[in-house]
Amino acid sequence: MADAEVADREEAAVSEEEAAAGTPAVRTVDLTKRFGHTVALAGLSMTVPRGEVFGFLGPNGAGKTTAVKLLLGLLTPTSGQGWLLGEPLGDLGARRRIGYLPELFRYQQWLSASEVLALHCELAPLPRASWKDEIRTVLETVGLTDRANDRVGTFSKGMQQRLGLGAALLGEPELVFLDEPTSALDPVGRHDVREIIRGLASRGTAVFLNSHLLSEVEQVCDRVAVVDHGRVIASGTMDDLLSGTAVRVRVAGLSQADKNKLASYGRIDDEGDQLTFASLDAERVPELVAAIVSMGGRVYEVAPRHQTLEDRFLQLLEDEEK
Amino acid sequence: MNLPPVLVIARLTIQESSRRRLLLALLVLTLLVVGFSAWGFNKITTITRSDGTPLPPDQVAFITSQLLIVVVFMFSGVLALSAAVVAGPLISSEVESGLLLSMLARPVRRSEIVIGKWLGLGVLVAIYAAVAGSLELAAVDWATGYLPPHPVQLLTYVGVEGLILLSLGLLLSTRLSGITAGVIALVAWLVGWIAGVVGDIGTGLQNEALANVGVISHMVLPSDGLWRGAIYAMEPETFIAALRALGTAGRASPFAATDPPPTSFLLWVAVWFAIVLSLSVLSFRRREI
Repeated sequence: MADAEVADREEAAVSEEEAAAGTPAVRTVDLTKRFGHTVALAGLSMTVPRGEVFGFLGPNGAGKTTAVKLLLGLLTPTSGQGWLLGEPLGDLGARRRIGYLPELFRYQQWLSASEVLALHCELAPLPRASWKDEIRTVLETVGLTDRANDRVGTFSKGMQQRLGLGAALLGEPELVFLDEPTSALDPVGRHDVREIIRGLASRGTAVFLNSHLLSEVEQVCDRVAVVDHGRVIASGTMDDLLSGTAVRVRVAGLSQADKNKLASYGRIDDEGDQLTFASLDAERVPELVAAIVSMGGRVYEVAPRHQTLEDRFLQLLEDEEK
Repeated sequence: MNLPPVLVIARLTIQESSRRRLLLALLVLTLLVVGFSAWGFNKITTITRSDGTPLPPDQVAFITSQLLIVVVFMFSGVLALSAAVVAGPLISSEVESGLLLSMLARPVRRSEIVIGKWLGLGVLVAIYAAVAGSLELAAVDWATGYLPPHPVQLLTYVGVEGLILLSLGLLLSTRLSGITAGVIALVAWLVGWIAGVVGDIGTGLQNEALANVGVISHMVLPSDGLWRGAIYAMEPETFIAALRALGTAGRASPFAATDPPPTSFLLWVAVWFAIVLSLSVLSFRRREI
């Protein structure tokens, strides 16, 4: 998708949502960050509406963490502007209303879990009378109730990430940034995090989810932006992005040359006997099968399905390479 | 009522030193050193002359005062170096580990982090200098009956010297890794002391260029200048009079002082703290986390 088109769509989205729900949770215009000659983020323009779960996707090193750090004022933009909850980036008032789980999560090893949370209550700052309930609630939410009084230094990585998630949830923030929130978690933990994100969404909290785990994003996000080499290469709602059909064909007897001839049916994910056509109109399936048969291929199975985020993501990155 | 963030950070710094058993280690080591030095000082009173008679009290006092200067030099050195080593990683290690990420996303100013950490560690340095120094002076008094003429000034100079190294370490810590910041602060303290000695020799030899080395080094890093104040506070009146009688040659020793630090120098120390803390805040504010 061309940059101009992305920007146009963003602009249109901005005006609609601003009219509907006041200021968006996040808005950026041409946000750019360079480290020396390296462009970490090139003109990020986007809007995250209030109360939505927004997935920020991209391969490693695409600029996802840089974007979050810019939004939180941990890095200074080289150019461009941004607003969190209607306040310019770096505004202290806006930071009272957000939660953040960093990708590099680390908490005071010499404090207990509840002391770390009390510290964050104090810095947030939340009224002292509410701390006890807040801490008990988030410990329960992230499943650390029975470790509340243990030193963080004795926690596994996964438990520390749960603690960080708990800290990000204190005080019912209006916007929560989660940077790779399941990187240290087991499948049960990942499931718990998805439930937590759904819970946040149901009470109207906007979630900015940085991830490269596509299935995770697909399951919880309302809207995504795909970023690569510091640029947004696609953005929109899940439905916008995943409108195509993918077709998996189990086939034998095709040479590499035969497979190459099938390129006219779109990007092929070639796994030997199994070919997946990432984006193919369902109407063209009979035509595809006929073409394979005419080349001498023996078709065992044809399975059209909705395009997954992974199909779309790989396709976008491949288009980008070209 | 919530504490302001700067005090939360200060409290956290003190809490960390306590939980990491730094305070316990210092307490045990201090008691060991004080006990050992009390025994050593007590031995001075048992020294006899060749005819078997004990030393007269003024000689015991003189030997004690000179030995005390050496002991306090070691003590102030250990305090200054500990402050530098603890301050070196104070900010950098928390940036590197990511510990500051979630805290800086709260409504906390970078300046509050810097000043809070300085305050927390500063309180520890000041309390340690006061408590450990008083214990040592009490032990010496018990062992020999000698008390330096200005004990409060002595402890103040030694404590402020520790704060100087703490501030330098903290400034470096906003940009450099913990080890690098600590080592630079440590070397700076040593170089400052040597430059002070060079300045003394310059004064003794009436060589203006060498003497200026001392003056400039006291401006750049006032730790040695404060140490001279501590020495002055420890010297008996008779000893100072004898040094003055020697003229410029009397000023040429790193373990003797004929005059207290001038008021202009003490004012400069206050300005120095303001400059170094402001630079620390500016430097950390511009640091990308």
